[in-house]
Amino acid sequence: MSASVLFDAPGPKARVRNVIYTVVGFAALLGGIAWVILRLNEKGEFDPALWDIFNYAGIRQNILDALLATLKVFALAGVFSLVFAVFLCVARLSDHKPVRWVAVAFIDLFRSIPLLITIFALWVGILGSLTPFWALVVGLTIYNGCVQAEVLRAGINAVPKGQKEAAYAIGLRKSQVMTLVLFPQAIRSMLPTIISQLVVTLKDTSLGFMILYPELLHSARLIANNTPVNGVYPFVQTVAVFGAIYIGLCLILSWIATWIEKRGRRAKTGIKVASAKEPAASEVAQASGTTVLTVPDPRGETIVDTTPDSSS
Amino acid sequence: MNVLLDNLSLFREGFIGTLKLTGASALVAIVLGVIVAGFRVSPVPPLRIFGTLWVTLLRNTPLTLLFLVAFFVVPKVLFPDLDSFLLAVAACGFYTSAFVAEAVRSGINTVPLGQAEAARSIGMTFTQTMRLIVLPQATRTVVPPLSSIFIALTKNTAIAGAFNNVDLFNVSKTLSNDGYDITMIFIWITLAYLIVTYAINGLFRLLEHRLEVAR
Amino acid sequence: MKLRKSAATAAVVAALALTATACGGKEGSAGDKPKGPDTSGTKALSYEVKKDAKVDSPVFEAAKKRGKLVIGAKADQPYLGFEDQSTKERSGFDIEIAKMVAADLGFSAKQIEWKTVDSGARETAVSKGDVDLMIGTYTINDERKKQVDFVGPYFHAGASLLVRKDEKDIKGAETVRDKKVCSIVGSTPLQNIKKPKYGAKVTELSKYSECVAQLLNNQIDAVTTDDAILMGYAAQNEGKLKVVGKPFSDEPYGVGLKKGDAALQKAVAEAITAHTDNGDYKKAFEATLGKSGSEYKAPPAFTDPK
Repeated sequence: MSASVLFDAPGPKARVRNVIYTVVGFAALLGGIAWVILRLNEKGEFDPALWDIFNYAGIRQNILDALLATLKVFALAGVFSLVFAVFLCVARLSDHKPVRWVAVAFIDLFRSIPLLITIFALWVGILGSLTPFWALVVGLTIYNGCVQAEVLRAGINAVPKGQKEAAYAIGLRKSQVMTLVLFPQAIRSMLPTIISQLVVTLKDTSLGFMILYPELLHSARLIANNTPVNGVYPFVQTVAVFGAIYIGLCLILSWIATWIEKRGRRAKTGIKVASAKEPAASEVAQASGTTVLTVPDPRGETIVDTTPDSSS
Repeated sequence: MNVLLDNLSLFREGFIGTLKLTGASALVAIVLGVIVAGFRVSPVPPLRIFGTLWVTLLRNTPLTLLFLVAFFVVPKVLFPDLDSFLLAVAACGFYTSAFVAEAVRSGINTVPLGQAEAARSIGMTFTQTMRLIVLPQATRTVVPPLSSIFIALTKNTAIAGAFNNVDLFNVSKTLSNDGYDITMIFIWITLAYLIVTYAINGLFRLLEHRLEVAR
Repeated sequence: MKLRKSAATAAVVAALALTATACGGKEGSAGDKPKGPDTSGTKALSYEVKKDAKVDSPVFEAAKKRGKLVIGAKADQPYLGFEDQSTKERSGFDIEIAKMVAADLGFSAKQIEWKTVDSGARETAVSKGDVDLMIGTYTINDERKKQVDFVGPYFHAGASLLVRKDEKDIKGAETVRDKKVCSIVGSTPLQNIKKPKYGAKVTELSKYSECVAQLLNNQIDAVTTDDAILMGYAAQNEGKLKVVGKPFSDEPYGVGLKKGDAALQKAVAEAITAHTDNGDYKKAFEATLGKSGSEYKAPPAFTDPK
């Protein structure tokens, strides 16, 4: 790991100071964790009986069913939202003004309404009768489709102008320019951001608890509420287990994004792969055209972390 | 019957509730987010680790799960007597701070290299470099993503409505329990959210403009 | 710098291990056996399934076709409508009523498809047809009658208060001034107790069981809703909670069904009456609510369906 440009290589005094800081910092960090653990212990949250509930086949089956239900919604909503995003993005970039206006209005509207309300409204039947499953899928599709459409648009705008001009110059029609030249490059450069938004989609499936869809969080609440052990409701335990599941799932997706980003960087197409940060920020970086600061992540690599939008 | 006129005071209460939640959480998120971003690039390893952990954990947990922690675990284990508004602000604010931290960090990345080098060469310490040179310049690039983060925050406060907080979503549930037509309720609630999100959007546009001029 | 990766790996491994082993593990019901709801009594109950049931109703026809009757129930109310999360078995008085009605409509207990429906979602679930019948502490009132039809009442509950065992100040609805009282968002007892007459500070959550958890955590002082529900929680947390005061409202429970289905309404009414007459109702009551301390009262006479 190279030293950061933000601070000098430490001299002898600074090194001593850094050691002191490190010791104090670690002590504070560990102290904080220890305090929480002590408090948990004091309240009897480490009682084996409370954790034992997860050893029952029934509870495990329950969690597995809920996990599958969550993944099912995520898979459908993920695919649909991408398809919908392409459609919206094309409309957004259309040459016909009315089409463009409708797309802009649609995207702006649904990006501003809380997803929770969209889902609830779909379920109670604004659009006719939808089962909780489809209400959740459609709600996630609309919302994330709008966000992904904006991501795609940023990607298309980032494709060097010459590409488009060259494509028109060799006589391609607009649809061909879009499908053969612009979209592949835009999707490629925006993949990390797209996947980060998929992480958001995955997390947002948890809003299904509002409309009685039996996803992970719904099941977590029922387990915490219905399985008292010695008169203690196992909230701490269920939160720990379900939190780990969610974080695990999201991290897997994030890793895929990192991996793609690295692969993309290796390829020499001359198109920058968004370092999975805010599209806006990367645009500015490209526009300013100056050498920019790169602060190495503690791991010595840039982390993928962009979420253009962060609904729950 | 007209839902809006019959329940104007309820709607106002919900609207103010949403504004209050958003405002307080945004403040918490900005302060924590900048601090955590600073931690992540600081020379002291435990701070870097803390920053990374903070961002990774909070960004990969659904907000609803954080609400469960705030309302059922924190009071039981750590602090028993917290107001539900404070708990909701903590949940929303902590969650959003992770996103703010990332936006700030990528903003720092866009500051020209020479700036930090120059700062160092005239003998500035890390805190001085950050406070006087890097962060002010990072602001310009951080503003646009911040606007979308805060719009998301506004919408996320709806989850607080299910946890003992009066906000627009909570009002919509109360009214639909009273037997009002659900479509009309949703139209008004949506309009109220649009007002808030467009206000935030406009505010940040203005900010962006001013910062651009200042350069 | 490795920490983040290893911590994350640990989380993933834990999650995978948990799901991968989902087939193994202990059998039976997790949690508190001695104090959890005692369901031994209901095991013995069974109702004769009518073979030739015929109702001239689209909901019924559809149910017959799919071979399943979809019944909406509560899942977190011990002795009324409760679902054991490790065995997925439902128990309680409402569940027994549902089984009786289903039997007379020609559906065995196995042919019932249960759906958990929370209080705030009941009207929507019924009027949209997500559930064929809603049997879950469903109070009959005029506002709801605009959206759904009812059969009943089959039981009378009344709003009451649940407090911690060592509570001394709260003795009834008159003594809750400035105390923190919890119930679910928009529920009727909550609207009542908020009024200046009682002057309580209210906490609104989305499930009663979450109120009970907060009560045990000392975050709130009392939970208010129907006494039958509260007694179930008191029995579930024996020695820690108690129900106090006289009921301060009347909550007649009914079976909710889609509006305008007179034939089904009549069939359900007949089913409940028949099982009341042959003693099933009393047996079911004693095996469920009786265990949580409710006194048996003869079922109320049905109100005019309209």
